[in-house]
Amino acid sequence: MSIWEYANPVKFMRTSGAILPFAVAGAVVCTVGGVVWGFLTPDDFRQGSTVKIVFLHVPAAMMAINIWVMMLVASLIWLIRRHHVSALAAKAAAPIGAVMTLIALATGAIWGQPMWGTWWEWDPRLTSFLILLLFYLGYIALWASVEDVDSAADLTGVLCLVGSVFALLSRYAVLFWNQGLHQGASLSVQSGERMSAIYRYPLYLSMLGFLLLFVALVLIRTRTEIRRRRLAALQAREMRA
Amino acid sequence: MLALLTRDLRLATRAGGGFGLGVAFFLILCTLVPFGVGADTSALRPIAPGILWLGALLACLLSLDRIFALDHEDGSLDLLATAPLPLEGTVAIKALAHWITTGLPLIAAAPLFGLLLHLPAEAMPWLVISLLIGTPALSMLGAFGAAITVGLRRGGLLLSLLVLPLYIPTLIFGTELIRRAVASGDPTTPLVFLAGITAGVVALIPFAAAAALRVNLR
Repeated sequence: MSIWEYANPVKFMRTSGAILPFAVAGAVVCTVGGVVWGFLTPDDFRQGSTVKIVFLHVPAAMMAINIWVMMLVASLIWLIRRHHVSALAAKAAAPIGAVMTLIALATGAIWGQPMWGTWWEWDPRLTSFLILLLFYLGYIALWASVEDVDSAADLTGVLCLVGSVFALLSRYAVLFWNQGLHQGASLSVQSGERMSAIYRYPLYLSMLGFLLLFVALVLIRTRTEIRRRRLAALQAREMRA
Repeated sequence: MLALLTRDLRLATRAGGGFGLGVAFFLILCTLVPFGVGADTSALRPIAPGILWLGALLACLLSLDRIFALDHEDGSLDLLATAPLPLEGTVAIKALAHWITTGLPLIAAAPLFGLLLHLPAEAMPWLVISLLIGTPALSMLGAFGAAITVGLRRGGLLLSLLVLPLYIPTLIFGTELIRRAVASGDPTTPLVFLAGITAGVVALIPFAAAAALRVNLR
């Protein structure tokens, strides 16, 4: 029993099909639960009711970064061990990551309007998220424009590696370029908790919900990709016959 | 390697517009900017370093598709791939040729265009230094983007979407170098970062670009 068994599409389809209903149910329960629980929390004494957008903003931002890391790992597995499922999972994850980045940017703008008095500010965190979005778009566009599937997987894999280095580099370069307006991390392991418990627990729940949501979506999309590949193979066989 | 370099340089000069076009584009951009933002010295002076860097970046970008596209079309890229010189070396030499044909003329012309945009005299040497250190990274990253998109029919727009985000750190440190040198006279930190990025890019990107080329030549 090893993780590489899931490189076999049949095995992957069987296992992911069994996991999928639980992931979907968990995602719905946790996301809805977290956000609704978040809305029932009392207003913050300085930020008023606007604080409640944090239950969408923070999980989306967390997923936006972690999805890129997942794509990096999947690309590495594809480039090193040539497991097709891995490449397809990276392809399936990219649009989800782009949407998460968009959600984080949009909720941040909606919150920033009343709080900072501006929709947009060239703050390092905001800027690096915009740059991350550009990397996602480039990655998706490259997948869409290369016809041969294996070449596309290789090229996007290489792009993902180089892009990861430069996304990280840009993250610290923009720190150097402009001073920040964005507050520090909402949750931090080292520096203790900065949020009161009434906000923290709904936030944990909705972070778990977003994580499960991503798992469910990426499984559905990967399964779709595998079926599409099978369909293409069947059509090619029929053409030959 | 030297033969490949001279071949590329000769092709660039004799095919027409190799050296001149990038600089002409740069000149047009510097002419258009005052129309867009107004001819005030006070308006132009603070944005001059940024405009000059953006101009260099865009001029570099527009000539990228020439690095591999023509060689791919006439098949000489396949010959280069089977030649004894490793593909990584080919990529590095081609990026160097691109830098000599577009980067160097831009650097030579930049002080002149700086005058057009009222760049202060004390910023001139720093402009040249920052471009001199930064543009090799632009050419090398561009070669990577060109290697990825070489097989595509309409790769132009995709190329800019892939390459421009990679230019962000270089652009930040390049303009920051000029700004700090003028403001406080101490540009050491951005200078070191800019040089570090260029050194890292020149050392590592040929491998990524060669890997992409191998995929596209398969």
